[in-house]
Amino acid sequence: MAISMSMPESGSREFEREERTLPSNLRRDQPLVPVDSVAGRALMAVIAILTFLAALSAGAAVLAARASEQWRSAVADEMTIQIRPDSRRDIEADIARAVAMAQGVAGIESVRAVPRAESDKLLEPWLGAGLDLVELPVPRLIVLKLRPGNGPDLATFGATLRREVPSAILDDHRLWVRRLSTMASTIVLSGAAVVLLVLAAAALAVAFATRGAMAGSRDSVEVLHLVGADDAFIAREFQSRFIRLGLRGGAVGGFAAIIVIALLGWLSSRWSAAPEAEQLQAMFGAFEIGWSGYVAVILVAMVVAAISGLVSRFTVRHYLRVLAWGAA
Amino acid sequence: MGPEVLKDISFSIEPRSFQYLTGPSGAGKTTLMRLILMALQPTRGLVNLFGQDVSRLDAATLTAFRRRMGVVFQDFRLLDHLTLYENVALPLRVLGKEEASYRAEVVELLRWVGLGERMHAVPPVLSGGEKQRAAIARALIGRPELLLADEPTGNVDPGLGRRLLRLFMELQALGTAVVIATHDLGLMELYDAPRLVLADGHLHVDA
Repeated sequence: MAISMSMPESGSREFEREERTLPSNLRRDQPLVPVDSVAGRALMAVIAILTFLAALSAGAAVLAARASEQWRSAVADEMTIQIRPDSRRDIEADIARAVAMAQGVAGIESVRAVPRAESDKLLEPWLGAGLDLVELPVPRLIVLKLRPGNGPDLATFGATLRREVPSAILDDHRLWVRRLSTMASTIVLSGAAVVLLVLAAAALAVAFATRGAMAGSRDSVEVLHLVGADDAFIAREFQSRFIRLGLRGGAVGGFAAIIVIALLGWLSSRWSAAPEAEQLQAMFGAFEIGWSGYVAVILVAMVVAAISGLVSRFTVRHYLRVLAWGAA
Repeated sequence: MGPEVLKDISFSIEPRSFQYLTGPSGAGKTTLMRLILMALQPTRGLVNLFGQDVSRLDAATLTAFRRRMGVVFQDFRLLDHLTLYENVALPLRVLGKEEASYRAEVVELLRWVGLGERMHAVPPVLSGGEKQRAAIARALIGRPELLLADEPTGNVDPGLGRRLLRLFMELQALGTAVVIATHDLGLMELYDAPRLVLADGHLHVDA
């Protein structure tokens, strides 16, 4: 069917002549549903804050996971023999004997007795410098480096050592590693749980905001329906807005988290000159989440944006189904 | 449930027909229009549209049917945050058409209804007559098979009223069925057509 738009009254000819020149500044990109910029900004801020928290939790989880991996690899290929001082025994002879025994065990790559001065230094943070430790019964250490692959028969070696040098204790650090690993796993799991909770909160915030926006745009939605828009079209109109808000909020929150993590890393590296920092460093490694950490942070931000889009789509579809008949 | 507004009404609108829907204010003209538009579900009774019972339509068919109809609301129902151009282009935009493909057509129609100079204005700054013409242009742009107009000449001067009426007649000649709800006797006298008269919830045809 064709409708001619000719002017029925005089003057139509003039119109036809001039109507070929179309204005070039027609607005085209205006969203079809009115944008409440205040509510939009508030929602963006909420999404940004939630993303920031989730990203920090993810970063902390990655940090803990990396640190625990470092302990495991560092500690797993090392063991120590502790020789306790005994007034009835010559400690230096005991050390020499233990070193000789350890050198004879297959699977042990190198053996190093920690010199007296060095082991005294280990106590410095607790006892202070300039203290004469000669009179104190300070145990001595022998560090054994294990060959990668097949470990030595520790049970036999431990028993033999104990028989030959009663003041020696073989410490393979397993208990220590296990405890630290449990702690690290707890941190990782809590981090993951916090990320999940924050994602759920973001989803709920977006759902409520979408419902609010739809209720506020009810007239527009009705008009769109009556001029022939289908649900998919209207859903796209709302959804694209919330995806944009989600992307922007996610980007802001993720970026802020990256800045904070980088800043903490920088501060901790400056602070590491202090003796207390050495213990912290032993615990967490360098405060450095590495590229995997940054990937996790970016991933969290992207997931938040994706959730915003999906949740708003679902909410809009649901609302449109309710409106579809009778209520319009 | 409120009182029954329309009772035992039975009528049909033939293709390419032209009729007035009239009756005193509050007689149910707008309600009847909303029923035809599928914006309201009858509490009982049957509405057949394009040969189908509308209560059994799925969402996709409902949308397809609405695209075959053009409607001019009494309160215009323009979207206030869009320009007149965007408002008139709406039925084409929701079809997913490229803006370039309908731009000339929309501008031409806007000029025809005398809004060529106002196409960048938003509805809140327009007069009632201008809004009415924009609403009419929006109803026509999709070249509907059925045009429903609720008091389309209520806010325009008699001269423009006559021009609009002539446009509706032209549409009918081109194959659109036209229903004009009005209680403007002067308008109905300009062009003689069957009148669907609503009174006390009942309807009779005054041919």
